[in-house]
Amino acid sequence: MYALHMRSFYFASTIQPGQFINIKVQSGFYPLLRRPFSVAQTQDDVITILFDIVGEGTRILSLKKPGDMVDVLGPLGRPFTLPQSDTVPLLVAGGLGMAPMPILTKWLKANGFKNTETFLGARSKDYLVDYQLENVHYATDDGSQGYHGTVVSLLDQWFTDNRGTEVTVYACGPNPMLRGLQNLLQGRSLKGQVSLECVMACGIGICQGCPVESVNSTKRYRLVCNDGPVFDIHSVVIQ
Amino acid sequence: MTKVQTDFKLGSMHCRNRVWVASGTFGYGDECLDLVDVNKIGAIVTKSLSLKPRDGNPPPRVVETPSGMINSIGLANIGVDRFLEEKAPFLQSLDTSVVVNIAAGSVEEYREVLERIESTDCCDAYEINVSCPNVKEGGLSFGTNVRMTAEITRELRPLTGKPLIVKLTPNITSVSEFARAVQDEGADAVSLINTLVGMSVDVRTRRPKISTTTGGLSGPAIRPVALAKVYETIRSVSIPVIGIGGITSANDALEFLITGAEAVEIGTANYLNPNVAVEIAEGITTFCQENDIRNVSEIIGTLQTDQTISVVKSWM
Repeated sequence: MYALHMRSFYFASTIQPGQFINIKVQSGFYPLLRRPFSVAQTQDDVITILFDIVGEGTRILSLKKPGDMVDVLGPLGRPFTLPQSDTVPLLVAGGLGMAPMPILTKWLKANGFKNTETFLGARSKDYLVDYQLENVHYATDDGSQGYHGTVVSLLDQWFTDNRGTEVTVYACGPNPMLRGLQNLLQGRSLKGQVSLECVMACGIGICQGCPVESVNSTKRYRLVCNDGPVFDIHSVVIQ
Repeated sequence: MTKVQTDFKLGSMHCRNRVWVASGTFGYGDECLDLVDVNKIGAIVTKSLSLKPRDGNPPPRVVETPSGMINSIGLANIGVDRFLEEKAPFLQSLDTSVVVNIAAGSVEEYREVLERIESTDCCDAYEINVSCPNVKEGGLSFGTNVRMTAEITRELRPLTGKPLIVKLTPNITSVSEFARAVQDEGADAVSLINTLVGMSVDVRTRRPKISTTTGGLSGPAIRPVALAKVYETIRSVSIPVIGIGGITSANDALEFLITGAEAVEIGTANYLNPNVAVEIAEGITTFCQENDIRNVSEIIGTLQTDQTISVVKSWM
């Protein structure tokens, strides 16, 4: 996992939890398009993104050295919104879906939500990234750390053990995990906010390239970049 | 510093400069307000409008390819009624020219959309999209049929006194044949090229990388193809040609102007830098100042073909 720290007072002072930035990883036309990243944390005049090398864009970013400049467009997208008062915020993340959770944790605390619970799942302990997370409950598919099973099953168990606790769920992760979470919350009539990932060309709503199918809406599709990336988890069809 | 004249007229439309933003790559102009001084753009060509709103194609709609991208948006748009209600007043308030792009599934639909827009006088010109590769009906099936392309032009021509620009596809054998056909039917200009049909496969899943399997290739990858098509067209018609295809810089734009394009449209490059059209327009002015050119029109069609250039230094 890589953490890239970028110095920008503007971004550090304007970005809200759940928003993203769109990075041109190097000048020229390879890669051609910008790459979208959730902002993981802000501190003073520094913003941080977290990523793994999954393709050429992230490979190039991983080679950046202190003092290098990057071309960043942002802040973009709709952020998370505050929980209802008197509820416990539950942060649920799979793999690097934890990326927006550190800044969300800090913001919730600053707004008086002292008791957040974080549920973090991954394939195995090698893939668990708990960078600046608090009160973490771990789940691994292979049982190498924490609960042996999915993070959604772990959360289900927590709900059973904590009946009566009013919660607000925040989620980010791979789509199969988010679908499982959607079903779990539906079954328990709970609300949630989800941050979605999508291939994007522009990140600002002009190319219409990042649709997500919507539920109960006059519009069949909404755009992950502009209408999201944070959505009511029950308002979208997660494919 | 030399004062450079950048404006020009296309029929009744007056443009501040020759750098436009291409349809579908700049929304309806209001999305980029905090990023771009839209009044410095030569013209805004709107996202294609159809009679009814269109949802567009399922995801994934875009994929990056070498020096380019393939898209299959499927003409997602808000439809002409909402456009007139929500977008037209804003566009009219701008101090820049507005070209409404129309895409339709039938000759009737083209006519109806144009008539509704014409009745409000909210634009300066029309660009007729007969060349979208990503919708089943209309689109490319019109644009690859010279008889249909001519018929659409013939039907629309009497409906407006404003410039009628027909946007042509490169996915045919001879683009100049199509350009001549629409010129004969009274089109004021042609714009080209729309995207090239392209495809990309994920070898891990063995699935196409976009939902419709094939889509439209754009970006720097297609620029030499676009320039050759523009060159071919310019030699065969007398109406203005607007060059489109992979333009990312003033240098790229100048290639098209020198070849004979009256103006250029910037597409995919807007996604990398929404302000790029303004920067390209400024770059063209700088080029003129450096070369003591008083009017950008002096550049247009100045391509020298009578001698072979022995050394192109810039490739090193």
